[in-house]
Amino acid sequence: MSEDRHINFKLMRDRILAGQSEADPTPGRSLPIYPNGKKPKTYWRSLEELVDAPEFREFVEREFPQQAEVWEDPVERRTFLKLMGASLALAGLSGCVYQPPEKIVSYIKQPEEEFPGRALYFATAATVAGVATPVLVRSNEGRPTKIEGNSDHPNYPNADPKSPGYSATDIFAQASVLSLYDPDRSQTPLFRDENRPWTAFVGEMRTALNGPDGNGGLRAKQGAGLRFLTETVISPTLAAQLKDILTALPQAKWHQYEPVNRDNARSGALMAFGQPVNTIYDFSKAERIISLGADFLSAHPGMLRYARDFAARRRITEGRKEMSRLYVIETTPSITGANADHRWSIRPAQFEETVRGLASSVALRGAAPGDLGPPFGGPIAQGWMQALSRDLLQHGGSSIVIAGAEQSPVVHALAHAMNASLGNVGKTVFYTDTIEAYSIDQSQSLHELVTDIDEGRVELLVIVGGNPTYNTPADLKLDKQRLFKINLRVHHGQYKDETGELCHWHIPATHYLESWSDTRSYDGTVSIVQPLIEPLYESKSEHELLAVFSDQYDKKAYDIIRDYWRQNQEAGGRRQEAVINQAAGGRRPEAGGAPTRGSSPSTASPASTPAAAASPVAAASRGDFDSWWRKCLHDGFIPNTALPVKTVTADSNGIAKVPQTPSAGGYAIVFRTDPSIYDGRFSNNGWLQELPKPLTKVTWDNAALVSPATARKLNLGKSPAVKGRESYVDTIKISHQGRTISDTVPTFIMPGQPDDVITVHLGYGRQRAGRVGNKHGFNAYEIRTSDSPWLISGAEVSKASGQYVLATTQLHFNMEDYSFRQDDRDILRVETLAEYLEEKEEKHETHVPGEEETLYDPKLYDYKNQGENAPNYAWGMAIDLNSCVGCNACTIACQSENNIPVVGKTEVERSREMHWIRVDAYFKGEPENPEGPYFQPVPCMHCENAPCEPVCPVHATVHSAEGLNDMVYNRCVGTKYCSNNCPYKVRRFNFFLYQDWDTPTYQLMRNPEVSVRSRGVMEKCTYCVQRIQNGKIRAELEDRPVHDGEIITACQSVCPTEAIVFGNINDPNSRVSRMKAERRNYGLLTDLNTKPRTSYLAGLRNPNPDIAKEG
Amino acid sequence: MPDQHHSDAPHHTTVPVIDPGMTFASVTDKISSIVLKRKTPIAWFVGFAIAFMLFQLMMLAITQLVFVGIGVWGVNIPVGWGVDILNFVWWIGIGHAGTLISAILLLLRQKWRTSINRFAEAMTLFAVAQAGMYPIFHLGRPWLAYWLFPYPNTMGIWPQFRSPLMWDVFAVSTYATVSAMFWFVGLIPDFATLRDRSHSKFFQIIYGMLAMGWRGSARHWHRYEMAYLLLAGLATPLVLSVHTIVSFDFSAGIIPGWHATIFPPYFVAGAIYAGFAMVIFLTIPLRKFYGLEGFITMRHMHNMAKVMLATGLIVGYGYIIEAFFGWYSGNRFERYMIWNRMHGPYATYYWALILCNIITPQFLWIKKIRGNLLWLWVISVVVSIGMWLERFVIVVTSLHRDFLPSSWGMYQPTQWDWSMFVGTIGFFFALLFLFIRFLPMISIFEMRTILPEAEVEE
Repeated sequence: MSEDRHINFKLMRDRILAGQSEADPTPGRSLPIYPNGKKPKTYWRSLEELVDAPEFREFVEREFPQQAEVWEDPVERRTFLKLMGASLALAGLSGCVYQPPEKIVSYIKQPEEEFPGRALYFATAATVAGVATPVLVRSNEGRPTKIEGNSDHPNYPNADPKSPGYSATDIFAQASVLSLYDPDRSQTPLFRDENRPWTAFVGEMRTALNGPDGNGGLRAKQGAGLRFLTETVISPTLAAQLKDILTALPQAKWHQYEPVNRDNARSGALMAFGQPVNTIYDFSKAERIISLGADFLSAHPGMLRYARDFAARRRITEGRKEMSRLYVIETTPSITGANADHRWSIRPAQFEETVRGLASSVALRGAAPGDLGPPFGGPIAQGWMQALSRDLLQHGGSSIVIAGAEQSPVVHALAHAMNASLGNVGKTVFYTDTIEAYSIDQSQSLHELVTDIDEGRVELLVIVGGNPTYNTPADLKLDKQRLFKINLRVHHGQYKDETGELCHWHIPATHYLESWSDTRSYDGTVSIVQPLIEPLYESKSEHELLAVFSDQYDKKAYDIIRDYWRQNQEAGGRRQEAVINQAAGGRRPEAGGAPTRGSSPSTASPASTPAAAASPVAAASRGDFDSWWRKCLHDGFIPNTALPVKTVTADSNGIAKVPQTPSAGGYAIVFRTDPSIYDGRFSNNGWLQELPKPLTKVTWDNAALVSPATARKLNLGKSPAVKGRESYVDTIKISHQGRTISDTVPTFIMPGQPDDVITVHLGYGRQRAGRVGNKHGFNAYEIRTSDSPWLISGAEVSKASGQYVLATTQLHFNMEDYSFRQDDRDILRVETLAEYLEEKEEKHETHVPGEEETLYDPKLYDYKNQGENAPNYAWGMAIDLNSCVGCNACTIACQSENNIPVVGKTEVERSREMHWIRVDAYFKGEPENPEGPYFQPVPCMHCENAPCEPVCPVHATVHSAEGLNDMVYNRCVGTKYCSNNCPYKVRRFNFFLYQDWDTPTYQLMRNPEVSVRSRGVMEKCTYCVQRIQNGKIRAELEDRPVHDGEIITACQSVCPTEAIVFGNINDPNSRVSRMKAERRNYGLLTDLNTKPRTSYLAGLRNPNPDIAKEG
Repeated sequence: MPDQHHSDAPHHTTVPVIDPGMTFASVTDKISSIVLKRKTPIAWFVGFAIAFMLFQLMMLAITQLVFVGIGVWGVNIPVGWGVDILNFVWWIGIGHAGTLISAILLLLRQKWRTSINRFAEAMTLFAVAQAGMYPIFHLGRPWLAYWLFPYPNTMGIWPQFRSPLMWDVFAVSTYATVSAMFWFVGLIPDFATLRDRSHSKFFQIIYGMLAMGWRGSARHWHRYEMAYLLLAGLATPLVLSVHTIVSFDFSAGIIPGWHATIFPPYFVAGAIYAGFAMVIFLTIPLRKFYGLEGFITMRHMHNMAKVMLATGLIVGYGYIIEAFFGWYSGNRFERYMIWNRMHGPYATYYWALILCNIITPQFLWIKKIRGNLLWLWVISVVVSIGMWLERFVIVVTSLHRDFLPSSWGMYQPTQWDWSMFVGTIGFFFALLFLFIRFLPMISIFEMRTILPEAEVEE
């Protein structure tokens, strides 16, 4: 029988080979057998051509005589084919998309640097609101799986220059991997909900431009009626493309609108300097900082660098005794406020008065005292303000006054003026041109567009990115009525969202990990965005979309970007520096090889580029361009492209003349971006949705933050927690000028919120975000207006009937209730710098049990002496609570590195979230005027006497020789006893099959070095054991011990403030050992004799003694 | 009620443990006729049908659990154990009375035990069967439960003998085995009686096989007595050990509210307390329904009530000492634990427990209440509920707020938790109904030994 089969296969092979050479003698062409004259179905991969071949039929008859009929009978065969086709399609990336024929070719030559199983890192840049975060992306066999910060980038250095590690990133960059693989992304160009090829779109646009017969159309009218609406454009190339289009079609218009814009900062700069500027701060030199509502530690384009410098200036380790002092005056509690030494929360109506009072007290140059209002005006006690201004004046030249983007232009202007008069400009505060290609007032721009639409002047609207239907202000809403006045609407975005629904054409946008582009970081340094993967779907980048409206409508993004920089260099060519000649190489080669190397020389318009002309691109001679380009791609930035510092003079007279904004009564509604999902663009990202918001620990929802007194006034009960971690909260209705938020608004009693001020976060209430983001929370855009986008006063607020369930990861009341005082539990230690420096004795009396008090043999695991041949590693971690700002980046980084699933709102309500590292937050003091919250990241403590280990009946959690508390998923049967017995409650259990095992794209996303856990097993922080093993293998191959800082955990590498330090505690010179030797070092619950390997350094605050005395 | 006058009887010492009118023949007749002759009453069918339906609910709950995941229950982090483990402890507790009555009272030569021991043993077995399901199904991956047994395997791994859960496996399985053997050995002479008296060929064969060739010879009796005594001796320490080890599940942990040295005696007393409450709860309707007042007399009721009172007092002492040590330890977490029990979100459960388990049994000091079957029955119900609450307080309130306030949570059982619990009750009663229908619920031959006829002059 088997003999027979053997013959069969041989027969078939011979026949096929014979048939092949008969039918098509061309060598190399594969299987061109069309014996029946029928064209094979193109979507078959391997069997297709065989189906109808007589040889194949003969083979089938011999091999499966009973099945042969199926192939003979056309009807039956089709059914069979259909089923086969369906299952093939299902097995592919996505069932509903036409699959292009794939060539499956094994490597003949192994690609350079590519070793199966070894990850490669490529430099690119993630963007939020256009501003770059330079990143290194890990690529496992061509799949981007993890984002790291780019420490080569001049803006993001590591404190320890020896460290080969990565630099920080924020939650958005970390979570962008999930967005790349989001199955809800739109996949093909759509015309009125029907799949169309890209070429059809190009054709239609060309027709619209040129008219059906090649003349006429929009081009004949010089582009009148053509409108582009983009988000803030920072990309130099994109701006140049737009400029070219506008040059060719002078009547066309380009509008920019983004809900979170810097209009106020721009107006403030215009007020102060007469021109828009980009302000850069140097926190590493700032000894006194006053933030006027600026959340520069979490919601600011330069936050990563600022947080790093800020923390470095406050780091009290290794004998350093000085730290900067941060004052925060703000309206709603923020991360920056939580980290302040002095924080005052005041009503927005009093904000300007307070800032004017402060400004006049620090004696603005050129303004008579009293011009700005009385000194020390506002609600803050005069003594405090005096002490504050004295402190600032004593530190002229080493202080920073920073105003938040949400504050009024006057506040910005006053901040500029104060910086000028304190002598900070040029020392801690720098001004450059704006990093936006065209700095415009975006509200104004949107207003113009809306007016044009309403007056019927728009024929073709191209919306490039953004979701204006959802996020435009209520008075300038690009809603159905308005959009339907336009004949042809094009939407370019990653999702078919609210806007995409209303447009004729929807073009899927590429993710930054699959497209070429360029962008700038907060100081203007240009990064080239290079793709790590071919677009997963038929997506196009914005460059390719805009190219459609130029002469080169089929130009590839790669050519567009590269040609732009080639020209820029040729045109600029000012400085020829040796640096560009350094060839690329080393650990990060250019991604994507060199596609379309032989493309025609650029014929793009020679018009000078708008903003980028100012940028001093280091130029090279023509021949060097390739190596320069490769070097820039490898490094992840173009050197010397930071915008030059310019000198501007503040005109405080102008400010003085601005009348004070009158305060209005009623409730003030303050708008803020959501700390997790920003303005709504990350709505469909499960990692971000489930990320507990730093101050409230709410997930999956936004809530109206109210002060305890306002809650009483509105008759909102104290939220009782009934089940799991559900919080049943009362709801309110918010309306303003006849507009009402349609959903009921859940309230959240926020300690430290000023009375009569209600803070709402943008980004929720999405209808068409995708399966993850739909229908969570309420839509605050419904009452937002263009004239005052961050604040409305005089809103009507009333209690609504019914309660709402918020899912929080930390019970709200125990963040503040005094009966659970933290002092009492000695969990989180914070003291003042003065106390710390004075005290020589340990004031905490934690009883750490001695050896005689334990039942366990202390010699059982002798980590100090692991034997002569052992490398003697003992892994440990130290977390400096003085550095941690509570930004949550560690949680997302861990989720990405360790394949941690998202569980959804209902499961979070039941306390089943899966984060391996959480950031606990505790307030101190009375709810009306609390300190903090103080943050405490809690990963697994890796106790030496781990309480989880002896209780496991099956040895599923065991101790490694190097002190890791290992979890053996395969062995776990799920008794949950380990979690019950864990005093830190860091263990996480798969109550259901939380991992998505089916969605193919998610399979691409996962870190191949970490097991994907199944249902019914316990999991927890491993100290990134896969990274430890990689480091050890590397060291072993090179026959050396692991260097300090060589192995860094995911949470450590992402931390903007370098609060988390991991390493070998058997090495007394390692950073972690030195940190643990600090006097501030303490272990959590050490009186339980758990001997945690993770320890904390007590937080420090540096209050102004004058204010502390007064208070 | 015909029994009411018994309660008026002045001295229970004069109340006999068997009706004076009984003879060897009448005893055998009366007990075996329930199985062999009497028509199965409609009420039995109704009761069995209800119990069997609830048993089906349990099967549904288990199916749901195994196919969907343990997340259908209310357990979470921090409360990793909920009503699953609570019910395990509760059922195990109920399963204590049987062996205690059979073995310890046998060794102590308490003749009054004879009429209730068979029934109590059956109850024990069935309760342990319910209890035994929970540790298996509370696992995240119940199909791997056998990993808890030390069997030779290719993985080369033993279970971890330091884990109290491991001890549990041995304690409960040993207890179940010995109880089953004890019960079965005790049944052998009665199986023979049933074999001999049965008129149906089928039952003759079945009972004959179960009787294992019992012919009642002196040698048989001799060996029987020896075996029974040995088993009683074996079972006696088990009564104490099982719940001691079950209490280790908690006291070996470091969670405030669990980590207490008083747990073993306190758990054993609680188990006997709960077990006797359950025996009373079942006996009262049963003896009424089957007219067994002659066998299970008021003396039994009084004795059982007294055992309940005594163990209830020990349990009450346990509560007081727990609170005392919470305060006396000076440990902030222990103090908070006690405070939280009394004032926290589950305070209702705690105070209900105090009411059920400490206040209610005090009524048993009063002889009139002990003699009043209705009151006794109500008290036994209250105590059973109280013992359930006790386990809730220990398992859930200790876990839901431990050391770090950031990880505190709440626990709410879901419908599937309740389905499983109600289902086990159904299963328990279904087994019990089968037992009273097909087996002699009172030991025939032992009852004969306590008749005046059996008094042989030395």
